[in-house]
Amino acid sequence: MSAPQPLLDVREIEVRYGAIRALKGVSFSVGAGEVVALLGANGAGKTTTQKTVSGMLRPVAGTIEFEGRRIDGTPAHKLVDLGICHVPEGRHVFPRMTVAENLDMGAFRFKQPDPADLERVLELFPRLKERYGQHSGTLSGGEQQMLAIGRALMGKPRLLLLDEPSMGLAPLIVAQIFDIVREINRSGVTVLLVEQNASQALSLADRGYVLETGDIVLEGAGRDLLADERVRAAYLGEEIAAS
Amino acid sequence: MTQFLNYLVLGLTRGSLYALIALGYTLVYGVLQLINFAHSEVFMSGAFGSYLVISAVVGNGKGTSSWEVPFVMLLGVVTGAVTAGAIAWSLERVAYRPLRRRNAPKLAFLISAIGASFFLSQLFGKMFNRFTNNQFPPFFNDNSVAFTIAGAQVRVIQVVDILAALVMMVLLDRLVNKTKLGRSIRAVSEDAPTAALMGIDIDRTISRTFVIGGLLGGAAGFLFGLNFSFFNTMGFLPGVKAFAAAVLGGIGNIRGAMIGGLLLGIVENIIPTLPWVGTEWTDVVAFIVLVLVLMFRPTGILGERLGRAA
Repeated sequence: MSAPQPLLDVREIEVRYGAIRALKGVSFSVGAGEVVALLGANGAGKTTTQKTVSGMLRPVAGTIEFEGRRIDGTPAHKLVDLGICHVPEGRHVFPRMTVAENLDMGAFRFKQPDPADLERVLELFPRLKERYGQHSGTLSGGEQQMLAIGRALMGKPRLLLLDEPSMGLAPLIVAQIFDIVREINRSGVTVLLVEQNASQALSLADRGYVLETGDIVLEGAGRDLLADERVRAAYLGEEIAAS
Repeated sequence: MTQFLNYLVLGLTRGSLYALIALGYTLVYGVLQLINFAHSEVFMSGAFGSYLVISAVVGNGKGTSSWEVPFVMLLGVVTGAVTAGAIAWSLERVAYRPLRRRNAPKLAFLISAIGASFFLSQLFGKMFNRFTNNQFPPFFNDNSVAFTIAGAQVRVIQVVDILAALVMMVLLDRLVNKTKLGRSIRAVSEDAPTAALMGIDIDRTISRTFVIGGLLGGAAGFLFGLNFSFFNTMGFLPGVKAFAAAVLGGIGNIRGAMIGGLLLGIVENIIPTLPWVGTEWTDVVAFIVLVLVLMFRPTGILGERLGRAA
């Protein structure tokens, strides 16, 4: 299935929002260097899963291991030090800070931002270079998404969590962003991707998991899932109709 | 004209103190979206804290030679600031953090704030005999004039107040914009959950924000006490006015609090010099300003946005 010692190993995690069980025992793993996609409809628990991995939420049961080390229950700001960088749903750039300041924030865990990282981010996203001194609240949605990813890269991620990077963006920009994610992955960063855009995600992902109301119902290699009848019916309906 | 200038200087003096206090409200509002109504008592504690140290150092103040005066004043600013910083830190630990841990509703914070405010005010009343007009030992000549403009006398103490406030505001501005601590405060103010994803410890940042607000408020407490008098309920009126100033400038906006404080101090002292008005209207003017701002520009002078983006 995956590499013998997964980078991230999530076992039977259960998360509650008050009385509601958002995750009912989700297990999956991400091997070093992989791109793994979490798919599913709205409310399936994809974002909750990712938030739990990055420490924003605390599981009531189950374990999460990162490089063999238990990390469930560790607060988010400490997990950043391990190289777990989370690009949240909705981008969440700091709107009243400039692009430059946002990128600096990404490197907050270091004494100084690494100039080589900055150079690389601006190379990956030339648009950010053009907007460098501009307040990020004035950027377009696509530019904000690029900034959010760039900001995470400034933290030298080992595991990059991407939550719906395609949300609300034009298809051309989405393709661009997925290309860049592929490039980031090739440079050695492991990626855990949450997407509703299943065809885009699976064409990029090595493996995928399909979530349904807090449970994993299907898993497999990206290619296999892409061909799977159930996935096609449930999540690729639009694409089939269009093609 | 002379009278006008006199009141302008008085307005600047009071305004710079309001600004220092207003910064405490606005900083805490930024990180917690909460009006810390106990901040007026943090301010008050600065006056008593510095009083204890200064009266221990200069005794009755008669023996203080003039070259020592600036040092005593600096000591007062520092000890006032430190006392209030410590009180603000404890306040956050005792009155707010436990509520935050439990995800308490906003109203609980407000009630906790008012409770803490009464507690501190009464505690200091009990410790210091509830005298209503405590004075610092007269270690310098209160009436010495620094300079005169168009017949208006500017007293040394007024110059000290204004300068001290300006220096602290410049330092704060630099801290917020240039240092890592400042960036963490701004990040938590803008979007706390995302700040945590950058590796920022939200609890620690909130705690430090309270301390910074306390330091400024405590320094203002000393300066206020030195200029006027101090007592356990002294925080109420300057506190509410500084809150008005913070709203005037745009709550949550740091430069807004500075501008709002100065402006409120000037307006409340200038308007009463108009014919048919009188100085007894000073406090009324301050609150009319608050009401007008809330009615016509609730986001204040510099606050463009109140509701934050989801």
